[in-house]
Amino acid sequence: MAGMYEKVLDWANDFDHADPEYNERAHEIWAEFQGSECPVAHSDRYDGLWAPFTYEMVHEIAYDTDHFTSQGVVVNTGRPMIEAPVGPAPPITSDPPFHNIARRLLLPPFSPKVIAEWEPEIRRLCNELLDRMGDITEGESIVDGAVEYAQSIPVNVIARMLGFPTEDEALFRDFVHNVLERINEPVEEREEFMQPLADYLDAQIQDHRDNPRDDLTNYLLNVEIAGNKLSDEHVRGSILLLLVAGIDTTWSAIGSSLWHLGTHPDDLQRLVDEPDVMMFALEEFLRAYAPVTMARLVKEDYDFHGCPMKANDWVLLPFPAANRDPKQFEDATKFVIDRQENRHGAFGLGIHRCLGSNLARLELKVAVEEFVRRFPSFTVDGDTRWSVGQIRGPRELPLRVLKTS
Amino acid sequence: MRVIVDEEKCQGHNRCFAIAPELFDVDDYGTAIALNDGIVPAELEDKARLAAANCPEYAITIED
Repeated sequence: MAGMYEKVLDWANDFDHADPEYNERAHEIWAEFQGSECPVAHSDRYDGLWAPFTYEMVHEIAYDTDHFTSQGVVVNTGRPMIEAPVGPAPPITSDPPFHNIARRLLLPPFSPKVIAEWEPEIRRLCNELLDRMGDITEGESIVDGAVEYAQSIPVNVIARMLGFPTEDEALFRDFVHNVLERINEPVEEREEFMQPLADYLDAQIQDHRDNPRDDLTNYLLNVEIAGNKLSDEHVRGSILLLLVAGIDTTWSAIGSSLWHLGTHPDDLQRLVDEPDVMMFALEEFLRAYAPVTMARLVKEDYDFHGCPMKANDWVLLPFPAANRDPKQFEDATKFVIDRQENRHGAFGLGIHRCLGSNLARLELKVAVEEFVRRFPSFTVDGDTRWSVGQIRGPRELPLRVLKTS
Repeated sequence: MRVIVDEEKCQGHNRCFAIAPELFDVDDYGTAIALNDGIVPAELEDKARLAAANCPEYAITIED
């Protein structure tokens, strides 16, 4: 880890989710906080960081736009330069009332019925990736469920939606890694390594101005708010959001779901025997392995249940921890493949519900279905490497194929 | 039985439409709408309960 902070020894008072141990041991760490008298972690790192771990507290902050701003949603050593209510990546970084205006522009292209049309294309892509794994010998071959499969699915879909070259797949992953994982490096270094992303987006936007086509980038260039085109900053920010939010997140959800199936043969067998259980399994993957923790900034000094939060402190919103809170969910720490009541908050709660949730859900469903169809039996064999930071999922996932279809 | 969607609470998670498209529709903004004035045929009562029990925003209520 090239970060500026030391290894965490005290999770309650010197918390840091960029310590690789956090995502590796996340379930244990959350359970410890949920069982303790004070379920809120604090840290002086990042110039002030809080992390509450109960469903109730996460829910409260997600709904409280009076005391918490979305201007910054990825904790890092700096602070966002573009102010509320727009923020650097609207609408995720926007606050009311502007938030709703920016969000309504992007909701229709991500509505359930529009997204459903992508299903055949996603299925084709998954099979292409499976074919690319080459000859598989049952019981011997090891494939990497993260590197050879999960990581390529969302990046290809979002690149096509934005009208960006899919050949730049590796570059996009690198950009996203810089934004989401290299959070604890000094501000000057972050500015330096973030520059290529800004330059790339500017070049793509210019290309779309010069050669308009039918994609989301041109949609954003043409769409109007009260008769006015969006500012350049708004267009770039929304594209940044779609690119960054659409890649690591879904890749992580797919990887974690395969990790679960590769460590729980009974659940894998159930999916193979009863494909219809997927309707419930999908939501249980999302609940038990939600990949996304969001963040907020504290607006003004605020006493949150006895926590003396200061203006400009970061606050993490660990929806994945809230999803495993025994006060909210029955058998919260158990994966119940056909769980009937499942009000999970994997896509957030309140006004910032993930804009891409319909796409993410479709990608996750199709990716797991096609993998299981091709490999009806597999097991995790080797070391899984987990991501660091706010998005939790396997970055390396060795799976031994036990059976092919 | 009737299902009622609170449009203020609905954030477009789309869970009800996925579970019970016979009872719910969604508009271009993802907001749920109860079909047929929310009236639930007897054979769909279980689905209606399931849809309500899966709404993350507690936006669906059921009147028996």
